[in-house]
Amino acid sequence: MYTNDFDYYRADSVGEAVELLGDHDGAELVAGAHGLLPRMKTGDESPPALVDIGQLNGLDAIESSDGGSISVGALATHAEIADSEIVREHAAALADAASELGDPPVRNGGTIGGNLAHGDPRSDPPAALLALEGSLEVRGSDGERTIDAAELFEGPFETAVADDEIVTAVRIPTDDDAVSGYRKRRDPLSGYAMVGVGVWLRTDDETIEAARVAVTGATTTPARLSGVEDELEGSAVSEETITAAAAEAGTALDADAFVSDVQASAEYREHLLTIDTERALYDVLDVGQ
Amino acid sequence: MSDADASGASDGDGSGAFGAAIERGEDVPLLTGSGEYTDDISLRGTTHLAIRRSDHAHARIESIDTSDAEAMEGVLAVFTGEDVVESGVPNTIPTAWDLPGLVQPQYRMLATDKVRHEGTPVAAVVAETRHAASDALEHIHVEYEELEHVTDPVDAVERDVPPVHDEAEDNVAFDFELGDADATDEAFADADRVASVDLRQPRLIPNAMEPRAALADWEEATGKLRLWMTSQNPHLHRMLLSAGTLGLPENKIQVIAPEVGGGFGSKIYHYPDEAVTAWCSMQLGRPVKWQATRSESYLTDCHGRDHVTTGEIALDDDGTIRGVRVETHAGLGAQLSQFGTATPSYLYATVLSGQYTIPAIHCRVVGAFTNTTPVDAYRGAGRAEGIYVIERLVDVAARELEMDPAELRRRNLVPPDEFPYESAAALVYDSGEYERAMDLALEHVDYEELRERQRELRDEGRYIGIGIGSFIESAGLSPSGLAGDLGAQAGGWESSIVRFDSTGSVTVLAGTADQGQGHRTTYAQVAAEELGVSVDDVTVVEGDTDRIPQGMGTYGSRSASVGGGSIARGAREVREKARRIAAHQLETSVDDIEFDDGEFHVAGAPDRSLHIQTIAHEAYLGHDLPEGMDPGLEETNFYDPENFTYPFGTHVAVVEVEPETGEIEIERYVAVDDCGEIINPMIVEGQVHGGIAQGIGAALYEGAAYDDDGHLRTRRMDEYVVPHATQLPDFETDNTVTPSPHNPIGVKGVGESATIAAAPTIVSAVADALEPFGVDHLDMPITPESVWRATGGDN
Amino acid sequence: MSEHNISVTVNGTHHELTVEPRTLLVSALREELGYTGANVGCETGRCGACTVRVDGETIKSCTRFAVQSDGAEIETVEGLADDGELSTLQEQFQENHGLQCGYCTPGMLMSADTFLRENEDPSREEIRDAIEGNLCRCTGYHNIVDAIEATADQLGEQR
Repeated sequence: MYTNDFDYYRADSVGEAVELLGDHDGAELVAGAHGLLPRMKTGDESPPALVDIGQLNGLDAIESSDGGSISVGALATHAEIADSEIVREHAAALADAASELGDPPVRNGGTIGGNLAHGDPRSDPPAALLALEGSLEVRGSDGERTIDAAELFEGPFETAVADDEIVTAVRIPTDDDAVSGYRKRRDPLSGYAMVGVGVWLRTDDETIEAARVAVTGATTTPARLSGVEDELEGSAVSEETITAAAAEAGTALDADAFVSDVQASAEYREHLLTIDTERALYDVLDVGQ
Repeated sequence: MSDADASGASDGDGSGAFGAAIERGEDVPLLTGSGEYTDDISLRGTTHLAIRRSDHAHARIESIDTSDAEAMEGVLAVFTGEDVVESGVPNTIPTAWDLPGLVQPQYRMLATDKVRHEGTPVAAVVAETRHAASDALEHIHVEYEELEHVTDPVDAVERDVPPVHDEAEDNVAFDFELGDADATDEAFADADRVASVDLRQPRLIPNAMEPRAALADWEEATGKLRLWMTSQNPHLHRMLLSAGTLGLPENKIQVIAPEVGGGFGSKIYHYPDEAVTAWCSMQLGRPVKWQATRSESYLTDCHGRDHVTTGEIALDDDGTIRGVRVETHAGLGAQLSQFGTATPSYLYATVLSGQYTIPAIHCRVVGAFTNTTPVDAYRGAGRAEGIYVIERLVDVAARELEMDPAELRRRNLVPPDEFPYESAAALVYDSGEYERAMDLALEHVDYEELRERQRELRDEGRYIGIGIGSFIESAGLSPSGLAGDLGAQAGGWESSIVRFDSTGSVTVLAGTADQGQGHRTTYAQVAAEELGVSVDDVTVVEGDTDRIPQGMGTYGSRSASVGGGSIARGAREVREKARRIAAHQLETSVDDIEFDDGEFHVAGAPDRSLHIQTIAHEAYLGHDLPEGMDPGLEETNFYDPENFTYPFGTHVAVVEVEPETGEIEIERYVAVDDCGEIINPMIVEGQVHGGIAQGIGAALYEGAAYDDDGHLRTRRMDEYVVPHATQLPDFETDNTVTPSPHNPIGVKGVGESATIAAAPTIVSAVADALEPFGVDHLDMPITPESVWRATGGDN
Repeated sequence: MSEHNISVTVNGTHHELTVEPRTLLVSALREELGYTGANVGCETGRCGACTVRVDGETIKSCTRFAVQSDGAEIETVEGLADDGELSTLQEQFQENHGLQCGYCTPGMLMSADTFLRENEDPSREEIRDAIEGNLCRCTGYHNIVDAIEATADQLGEQR
């Protein structure tokens, strides 16, 4: 119930937050606290210091920029993202994931930056970010850099965001000819994804020109499903294509990539991944079923 | 027969309170945040207790070093089991139910020799703040010698594992038999068919939303202990603390149960933790508070169920049930909790006849010690496990006979004219109209049409299932003499005081203890009806041993029948005394006084009358009472029922199963309950709803598991689900009313019925849906994966 | 150990207090300020008994440190009734028997109250989604859904 004792610093700017992280060994960032605090209560994490960026101004903006992308401030809550018309229009998969995450108070409290930096493999946004080929804008003591989704998820609760870096925004490229979505099979126990599939497709109505499909929840690390993507790209928009593509869901993943727990075995998750990939594709494509 | 002993429905004249859907008087404080739960109460100088628990399932304690923890800022004291022993208190957590040959190992507040399950208390820290107490825990250094452990009740007795207790080398705490083995063997030999099922009923964690808590205040000057705690039975806690654990005279202990946030059995028991809280206050002379975390609840609140069973049923080809044979290994956990022995023995085996006429029944239960959290009664306790077995057997038999499961039930129901019915499992059922309730439930779902729709859908590759759960419950364990013969160390009675105050209001002091059931409302309805006053004139007081002289508490669906029965009897005594005063003051004989709507009047002369509230005033004035009558208008009642009551009913569920994923969707859930006379239909419905939710939880979601290291695998709320709003359907409820003939107000109780019914009903529905796949049973919790595997999805 | 001075407004009343960094918002409300309506039912942010409104949005107050709420406007169950007059939602919970032991009720009410501000005519399914983060072990939710539905109807009639 109780966390360890720690020192608390409130940052008034991103720069100050970076400085505070550098000054205090082992310090962690906190904003919504929804990822970190429960893990501190169970003793899974016990940082000596927390740097609070929850009250930084301007980091929660959701904006569409001219250069073919949208920017979601790191402090935007899941509820704000789920309700954002900009996200719904340009990055539906992220809006879906945000609206499926946790429950209403959790969506009000948790922030997208913290969620993605935390790297919880059961969480919903990672699959959306991977499918959308989004990226994180981060700032650290060495300045700013961009981390592409493909480089972000390194393992369970491990991401490429360094200890002294702050996520400032999530950037997602937009494409008017693309559709995207996220389908979740909720773990009845935890409410996290037992299987979550994010899809992004560009079509000319007859042919799938480009495809990006990603999984969360089923695997120990969120991942792209390249077997599905290869099958989809260049194929006709049809039920046959969807069936054939979904059948490839597990092929590019290692056998030990799947999570096994008290609710669902790896074998079952692998089975569900095929089904849910198929259903996620039907969700976004105007075909059959 | 005196008026006070009259049975049947409430015969009080007047207010019409009994049977009305009155809103609950207890709601306003709870809706506004002002209701006080134990942790909401603070005394000046309150200190905080945190308990260091064993991380091991089974280990010998080699040493405990508390010096680092003691040196920490804010820490007042760190105590070990040795400190408790040295204090000279009796230091026993007693069992409350003996069985023949029962092995009763030592059970202390804090472990001194071995830890026998993960979560065993080994040391206690008292500090000025919660943070300080919690911080100190990890600075207590405990050295253990780990021992091999066992968590499964079958493994415990059949595998060569070290004993949990040296006193029970084979880990058998008891080997219990009920029924006639020879007659059952004969019935099986004679019958046309035998069907059987092997099943497990997993451990359930009660999960009252309020975790357990205690606040103890020892007053050295008077030698008195006040203990606020999350209790379903404050008087029982007072008795066990006095006689078993602390050695204080009972009249020097006050146990108070303030608002209690749910119990479902888990707050019946006398656990080490609350006792340690009290003991620490006695050592330090300061108030001490302990509030369990949810994780502590998972590790220490008594779990329920944990049965491994083989059941067999013998039938003739026409569906007549000839006999039932059951063998069960019941996990008891590492220690014997108070009713941990009664629950899997008498409360279980005696209901195996269910609603059916079964000539021969035999049941054997091996109670096994395991290195797990103690197991005791959880909502439905014993009856839930027993009804689950008989209902699974009936379904499996119907499949075997290729007979409709409703029809097979119908052919074997105990008919209404057979009551009182003595079952082959040693109970005498009081009353029942089983077919009426079953028909009503089937009617609600349009059973025949539904079967037709099921056939049609199957042709389309869709699988719906219709589940039926017909149940009885033995509620309100009694009479005391019978309970004693069976081994109970407590009575089955209930006590109350019904008191007119001098200005005409009524105070009811009841020995039961509410945790959400709404006693303050229903008891007021019972008293108001009997006394002819308004419900608003009645105040019900519970949960304080200094205010309420005696009581047994709230569990086993007993409050309405035994507690309510006591209040009705007391109120009738009060009314009769008032009648004698009325006769005296109206100058006529008692026989000429009629009572109507609170008014005593002379027969044939309605204008010569006195209201009962006026008489109350006269009774306390004492100026003009019948010769020899003592002043005052109150009665203390002890009610010891002549028998259990037997609620019953039939629940029907309609589910759709998607074989491809194993997902189960509950389309409809219909509950028809008969709990005898209904005091408040709104509250009865609420009890049924909550009971269904817990039964569905058990069927589809819940189940505690241990890992290979003997650690609880489901140790947090995101690992063991309490069903949430999106996981449960709307419920459709209905009632039939078959009064209990022996209860003063005709009620039977309803606290556990729906939990008992819902689990077999849902399992029945899923198995029914999967008939085309040849699946006749799946163990709980039925996860989508287990459905997927059962239908061959993994091949 | 460092301590921090913070100020919060709870149900319109301004409070200043000193907290350790690790003091949870729910602990500050209950133990420092005496708002014991919000309850603690778990430590994983699952049960929702501690749900309060912070700056207009529901959050689980066990999943936030008090120090993070410096300057916040907090609303708790104690603020729902108006001068002793129950709100429509509270009345409907009583009328529909939407509570039994009452432990989850403060959080449940805060979630429902907030939901109804933005959803005038919700379906039962939407209501169930809205209270997904608030666990109740007593009622099976049916009557809670009834109570929220009835509140929406009644508020709709008043509009």
